[in-house]
Amino acid sequence: MARSGGSLRTYLLSRLALALPMVLILLTMVFLLMRVAPGDPVQSAVGGRLPPDQIAQIRADAGIDDPLVAQYFTYLADVATLDFGETITDNRPVSDVIIESGGATLTLTLAALLVAVGLGLPLGLLAGRYRDSAVDGSLRIFGILTYAAPVFWVGLLAQLTFGSILGWLPTSGEADPVTFVDEVTHILLIDALIAGDVEAFWDAVEHLILPAVTLGLLVTGTFLRLTRVNVMQALRGDYIEAARARGIGERSVVVRHAFRNALVPVITVMGLQVALLLSGATLTELTFDWPGLGSELIAYLNERDYIAVQGIVTVFALVVVAVSILIDLVNALIDPRVRY
Amino acid sequence: MASRLARAVKPFRDAQGLSKWLLWVGVGGTLLIVLAAIFAPWIAPYDFNQVASSDGGRFPKQAPPSADHWFGTSVRSEDVFSRVVFGARIAVEVVVLAVAASLLVGVPLGLISGYVGGWLDRILVLISDALFAFPYLILAIVIAFLLSDTLGGGGVITAALAITVVYVPQYFRVVRNSTLSAREATYVEAARAMGARPRTVIGRYIFGNVIQSVPVIATLNAADAMLTLAGLGFLGYGIQPTEGAEWGYDLQRAIPDVAAEIWWTSVFPGLAIVVFVIALTLVGEGLNDTLNPTLRKRRIEPVHIPPRDKEAVR
Repeated sequence: MARSGGSLRTYLLSRLALALPMVLILLTMVFLLMRVAPGDPVQSAVGGRLPPDQIAQIRADAGIDDPLVAQYFTYLADVATLDFGETITDNRPVSDVIIESGGATLTLTLAALLVAVGLGLPLGLLAGRYRDSAVDGSLRIFGILTYAAPVFWVGLLAQLTFGSILGWLPTSGEADPVTFVDEVTHILLIDALIAGDVEAFWDAVEHLILPAVTLGLLVTGTFLRLTRVNVMQALRGDYIEAARARGIGERSVVVRHAFRNALVPVITVMGLQVALLLSGATLTELTFDWPGLGSELIAYLNERDYIAVQGIVTVFALVVVAVSILIDLVNALIDPRVRY
Repeated sequence: MASRLARAVKPFRDAQGLSKWLLWVGVGGTLLIVLAAIFAPWIAPYDFNQVASSDGGRFPKQAPPSADHWFGTSVRSEDVFSRVVFGARIAVEVVVLAVAASLLVGVPLGLISGYVGGWLDRILVLISDALFAFPYLILAIVIAFLLSDTLGGGGVITAALAITVVYVPQYFRVVRNSTLSAREATYVEAARAMGARPRTVIGRYIFGNVIQSVPVIATLNAADAMLTLAGLGFLGYGIQPTEGAEWGYDLQRAIPDVAAEIWWTSVFPGLAIVVFVIALTLVGEGLNDTLNPTLRKRRIEPVHIPPRDKEAVR
């Protein structure tokens, strides 16, 4: 690659160009996956419930009778225009499903990421600084525990403790059934603020706490471990020796010199965690009856609605690619070396 | 033979301090689960789907732990302890099958891709990257969902294959990357110069050097596979209830119990998962600590590795 292309814009453009084949492969994968299934998707979804001529109509609308190659290009073209088709079972445009349920998933995932970063980074710094101490040992065990405990089990325990026994927090849904605000962004927290409904906002926050902490803990361990290793590595660097030699206070050496440099790989991994978070979000949503995309995906899978499943899975794939581009961009912004 | 055995035991003898301790705890935990899996019918007082005692009396519904039912009973009157013990069977079966299948597919693909290079390598890398980037559970669910039509849903094989697809890219990547660098090594060049065929070079010279990192990944992946199986079960795409007891499925059935403060149906199956996953993770980490020289704590000066050669990475 040309060394002259050090500007952020060039970097971004080349990164986007590199993402295209990735998107194409992911889409092809989703398409093939959904087509290798034996049997007739429409028949298995609504067969026996509708008269044959209506089924034929649905088949024609969904383009299932077309040759595979034609279907493939239609699919690609549709995705390019963000059209994901219409669900077979309840005739909703899949993009509506995504807009309406995506907000809940986005809220949950971002809140979880916040929990994970808020806990994982400081704890990792602590563990890395006091390597092999009792603190480090117990934090390592904590990290392994958060990784080893299935997210839905942690969710169930949280419901049991804070919902049933202590009765502090609600355990199911995004808000009380009586809470109602106009849906503008389909993100309840923001919608409540737009409506100026403080009560609804707090209600939504209360409902968010347990699911977000549950999902957040899932990735906290990863952040903790990674920060620990990177702080340890950074502390071995020559510039740390130099900083210490210059008589800079230990606190400042650790936080300002070592920690900062340990952050770059952490951000990269944060991007990789999104795929894990989306998987975890599906499980968390089911545990807490959270009305997000994961819940929708499972519901449509159970109804064998191939079009809906294909649409939602496509969106998951696009989100993963988009996040990886975003992370690379952030990395390029904070670390000029990346741009070359 | 003796030397090979010694080599296998070496990491266990070499481990020191905390790592050694953790490694042994991990081995102990794994053995516990494996023994429970093998001897389940003898350990468990009842069968996994038994809801009445042999004299015909139906078990109580949602009874708390007691002398008759150590871990209580579920909403369908099953004995939770028996289900947890039998759950080990399904867990071990699926995990072993999934890891073996991923190894069987991932390692040869990685070897060939890394050694042959060219367009084959590029395509395989792209596919594996795409699979790797994908949310693993979504992928596993979709595969399990698709396989359920062909293989019949809810079997051990279906679950294991769904998990395999998720983990093949990991072995592929690791093996391919080490093959790439091994390919340039002098001893491989020497073998080629002496007229060894690609098969021999891969099988005899590269395989042995590339395979070193696989035990660590395999144990860590086994832990991951356990979690994926539990996730599949929780979402209803794991093992059919008639086929065996599965911890994740049991946890799904325990969701309504939690609101009624019935804790035994969720706590015990979850603990079983945690024990198995932690045990496998500790074995993996312990092996990694002792096998991976960069993580070993030494008092000697750290060695500075020069930046990777662009050519070798290509």
